[in-house]
Amino acid sequence: MSQQASSTNGNVIIRLQGLKRFYRVGVEEIHALDGVELEVRENEYIAVMGHSGSGKSTLMNVLGCLDRPSEGSYEIDGENVTRMGDAELASIRNKRIGFVFQSFELLSQLNALKNVEMPLLYASNGWFGRSARAKKSLERVGLGDRMKHKPNQLSGGEKQRVAIARALVCNPSILLADEPTGNLDSKTSENILELFGELHKQGQTIIIVTHERDVAQHAKRIIRMQDGRILTDLTSEQDEAKSQSGGDIPGKEKL
Amino acid sequence: MKGLFYAFLAFIQFVYQSVYLSLSQIWANKTRSILTTIGIVIGVASTTAVIAALTGLKAKILSQVETFGNNTIIIEVRWPDTGPKQNMSWRQLRFRTEEFAGLLEHCPSLERYALIGEAGQQMVKYGEKSVQYAQIHGVEPAWHDIEHRGIVVGRGISVIDEGRAVCLIEPELRDKLGLEKDCVGESIRIGFRNFRIVGVIEKRPDLGIGGGGQERYEIIIPFEMTAKFRQEFWVWALAESKSPEVLDEAVAELKFFLRRTRHIQPDEQDTFSVESLKSAIQTFNKISIMVTLVAGGVVGISLLVGGVGIMNIMLVSISERTKEIGLRKAVGAKKSAILMQFLVEAVILCFVGGIVGVGIGQLLTLAIAHSNPLLERTYIPAWAIVLSFAFAATVGICFGIFPAIKAARLDPIEALRHE
Repeated sequence: MSQQASSTNGNVIIRLQGLKRFYRVGVEEIHALDGVELEVRENEYIAVMGHSGSGKSTLMNVLGCLDRPSEGSYEIDGENVTRMGDAELASIRNKRIGFVFQSFELLSQLNALKNVEMPLLYASNGWFGRSARAKKSLERVGLGDRMKHKPNQLSGGEKQRVAIARALVCNPSILLADEPTGNLDSKTSENILELFGELHKQGQTIIIVTHERDVAQHAKRIIRMQDGRILTDLTSEQDEAKSQSGGDIPGKEKL
Repeated sequence: MKGLFYAFLAFIQFVYQSVYLSLSQIWANKTRSILTTIGIVIGVASTTAVIAALTGLKAKILSQVETFGNNTIIIEVRWPDTGPKQNMSWRQLRFRTEEFAGLLEHCPSLERYALIGEAGQQMVKYGEKSVQYAQIHGVEPAWHDIEHRGIVVGRGISVIDEGRAVCLIEPELRDKLGLEKDCVGESIRIGFRNFRIVGVIEKRPDLGIGGGGQERYEIIIPFEMTAKFRQEFWVWALAESKSPEVLDEAVAELKFFLRRTRHIQPDEQDTFSVESLKSAIQTFNKISIMVTLVAGGVVGISLLVGGVGIMNIMLVSISERTKEIGLRKAVGAKKSAILMQFLVEAVILCFVGGIVGVGIGQLLTLAIAHSNPLLERTYIPAWAIVLSFAFAATVGICFGIFPAIKAARLDPIEALRHE
């Protein structure tokens, strides 16, 4: 597995071509995604930024195989998922994608270990030894000693770690995090972002959707979206430089 | 072949996984699960109890007649519905001994018959001890071959007893009168006559109808001795066909013979009934099936109501767990997995309800069995348990499928956004 953070090396994991997503609200057609071209290579660490309504949530849903594009094509690990049925998409989500949500989404009646085991219940080869795999995943996020705790016995940061362990348990090609620090204080946020950095170093491909600049700054590549299109796609250094120079970067006024 | 094996393995895992998920969900919501299943519990408990009571009643009644063979025929006087004879007194209409003369010669399908004369209730005395009322039956010797009641001590009534003052008593009467265990040869006073005991006969199993603890004693004497108590006495008869196959022929022959000896005109109704035990049991069975169906219908409605309760709770549960369903779908649960999880949950709820229901039904059955001697044989037949479970599972599937489909169809994006 490549240890480089470069966007030009490594295999292409995700390829979006001319991706469009329309919604019909009454008679009006909304172009949530309006022609997105994107390549994501192995072991990239990407932040997707944009205002609400910029299309970043829709892009996230499409990347996560929760939604299907109206036009264009989407390949993940060389598999074209554009026209896949519900059942196939479900197994793609299970095998290739790990979700981390803003509000953790842990099941309150299950302990940490059982929460992490859950995706394995739906995996074709996950049934046997799932407890050991879940344990390993929890150890990876530094929660080896909190496995029997239920979510209400865990702090916010610990809950998000459990959620990350759950996202990693099936060895996904890509970790998709939607505002992963949105519900956390700044110190805990920093810890979680350090964990993402650590996972990236271990070779994990990560995409974070956020509107916070300092969260995005942890990523190696920053994609800014506006009106369903990619506005800029720069390395974090370039992005930094551009925003310093006062370029018309959306989200700047939020700083 | 190998592919088939893996498909099978995957299916087993799928089912096991659904059961696992459902059970953990039920366990997590214990209170609600209990409340949900109450309808099913009551439905199943009442079904099994009603069926058990009916079965018990039937077993009891059948045990009454099991001392007879299945080719036994009962011959009794019956008043006709129409014609001048319907208002006759019993003295005019009663059987007379001579009406049966030559019966066996004219009824080739008949093996044997025995006349029974009723001498009514008499006081019985032995020494200082006495019993106020005992039922006195006069029987012909062939009676022993038709009604197979065991002789405990001594012997039964035989041909040599014709016209002799001998009797058979039951063990209970023997003890009540303070007689020895082997009381053969002792004399007891029945009414104003002395009778010598020749044997002790088993008590007929008690139906218990209206017998609120009151003891009933029977004394068997030779048929001819009935006349010593009453000049005109009530007579009926038991008969037996040569085999169960010729039972109907025997009944027809008896009717033909008795119509002639009782001088019944061709346009007149019978003044007697000749009924085989088999047809009596068939009639009883018909009634009991009808009662079972009616009770089953009532209970079916209660299970239906229970099922609606389950559906309601499942719908509530699904709208409460929308976010969870969204999450499960996001991490890779297929529609079928969600569908199965909720369907299996409904079925398990119904099934557990069924188990508890059968348990409570069992307790009810015990209570019923102790409430009335007529129902002491009450028990839950295996088919009733199977039926209850099948019905509970069906209710679970029927009322669980709609909420389960609703859950499976949820859009994961919408579901995750749900608050």
